[in-house]
Amino acid sequence: MALFGKKNYSTVKVRKHDIPDGLWIKCVACNEIIFKQELDKAHGVCPKCDHHFQLSRKERLDLLAEEDTFEEWDRELYSVDTLGFTGSASYASKLESNIKKTGYKEAVTCGQAHMGKHRVGMAIMDFRFLGASMGSVVGEKITRLFERAMEKKLPAVIFSASGGARMYEGMLSLMQMAKTSGAVERHHGAGLPYISVLTHPTMAGVMASYATLGDVIIAEPDALIGFAGPRVIKETTQQDLPEGFQKPEFLLKHGLLDMVTHRKDLKQTIIGLLDYMNTPPQEQEESSR
Amino acid sequence: MSTYTLPFEKPILELETKLEELQTFSEDQSIDVSVEIERMQEKIRETRSEIYSNLTAWQKVQIARHPRRPYTQDYIEDITSDFIELHGDRLYADDQALIGGFVTIQGKRLMLIGTQKGRDTKSNLKCNFGCAYPEGYRKALRLMRLAAKHNLPIITLIDTPGAFPGIESEERHMAEAIAVNLREMFSLPVPIIAIVIGEGGSGGALGIGVGNRLLVLEHAYYSVISPEGCAAILWKDRAYADKAAEAMKITAQNLLAAKLVDAIIPEPIGGAHGDRKTMSATLKRHLLKHLRRVEKLSPTELKEDRYEKFRVMGEFREQQLVPEPLLPS
Repeated sequence: MALFGKKNYSTVKVRKHDIPDGLWIKCVACNEIIFKQELDKAHGVCPKCDHHFQLSRKERLDLLAEEDTFEEWDRELYSVDTLGFTGSASYASKLESNIKKTGYKEAVTCGQAHMGKHRVGMAIMDFRFLGASMGSVVGEKITRLFERAMEKKLPAVIFSASGGARMYEGMLSLMQMAKTSGAVERHHGAGLPYISVLTHPTMAGVMASYATLGDVIIAEPDALIGFAGPRVIKETTQQDLPEGFQKPEFLLKHGLLDMVTHRKDLKQTIIGLLDYMNTPPQEQEESSR
Repeated sequence: MSTYTLPFEKPILELETKLEELQTFSEDQSIDVSVEIERMQEKIRETRSEIYSNLTAWQKVQIARHPRRPYTQDYIEDITSDFIELHGDRLYADDQALIGGFVTIQGKRLMLIGTQKGRDTKSNLKCNFGCAYPEGYRKALRLMRLAAKHNLPIITLIDTPGAFPGIESEERHMAEAIAVNLREMFSLPVPIIAIVIGEGGSGGALGIGVGNRLLVLEHAYYSVISPEGCAAILWKDRAYADKAAEAMKITAQNLLAAKLVDAIIPEPIGGAHGDRKTMSATLKRHLLKHLRRVEKLSPTELKEDRYEKFRVMGEFREQQLVPEPLLPS
């Protein structure tokens, strides 16, 4: 009996905490299992299929700004629930949970930073915060970004991502489209460059305001970009959507984008563009001498 | 169409039917019921006034969508002495959902632009149910720039469920067309008056809505998303549109209270659809009154005025940072 009772193999109990959470992740595009560290090193681009994952604000900043040059503007702006919106969940509770979840007060972070030799006014939108929808705070921060960039004669570089206007703020959110576009107009009128980078996804209210007003519009690969959501279009028109609809290649072909840029080349591309469009203050002084 | 009755207007319809019966009866029987008829008419007036002074947001949305409500073309007919329609965006097509041209109102030469809905299948096919394509917005901008060139004030009439969400809209970049309009409307050196006459459907409405004055008809609404769309997202069911309409505060009265519009243009009791003639006259009066005021501003002041108007829109809390104490060295 002992012969049968003895196991000829041994089991190693793997406790759950031995595998750090999120060490490996599955790529949503190619379904390959990828090593998280490798993904991070490639700034959120799948090493197997080049799929571009969304970046956090910090990751985006690390990718684009020169080290220790970022200085944040208007950090202490908080959204308020002016309408007293109560739907399936109240706006106030949504805000609270998103602040807790992301560690940020709102969906956009603005400031100035250096990119190469260029000092720029920069905004990074974060889809994780309420779908980076534009309410009063996002609108105000973007407006101030353009106004301050104009004062300081800085180019503006915005990394957009957004589901659209923030319904919880009603018409106030729609009016942010006009407000931000007005600020772009002034910055534009001052002859300053504005580069708009569209990341996954950039839709509706943000798309129909400052995101499409760049002197140069760049899209990241795999981003969904458009005015109306694909589901709404399908329901309204009862038509099948064409292959690659609202994807960067589609929009490049139809003439909206200047370029689709792989994340590894993004910083150099922006710097290269600014070399043509932006005259840094010291050079301006020299040329006027 | 003439029998189209909104659910909450039923009591009025019932009384009107009774009145008709009474009139027929008196004629047939040659009995004088003039006192009863008068009483009935008074009752109808009272009921209508009662209903129309206690409308919910959702009921207002239904009035704003009423098929007999005056549309842009109707106002052009009623209030202008001359209209020369200008077509096309010079890029792609002529969009009949967004029409415009030179108009003369009480001797004043202006540029008028407005979204246009249809009343039957044929006209709705022509103007796509009031939902413009990108070429509509680009035509509007072309006409607004033309107005600026010849120093003509601009009037925009807004009545659209929204810009059209279709495949072609995306192929021709709806978002870009609207965004460029928003930006460019801030740069125009002539007065702009925008009036929401029916439905103010989101970006499609705002795309011709950056004015020095923003006026709204009493039962019109202006919203960031349709009540049905909001309900579908936040309540997961379009049937909650009435709740969404209430929650988003989209009525003319809500918007005035929130200082998002400058004034409300009153409608005749029973709504614009009940008395088009009175409505047109009132709209004309208000339009000219506001125009006279903004016409006093210089081109620079007009642009400044428009910027400031939208600049202050937004509600948020800003915490002043307390300077951190200097660290001891």
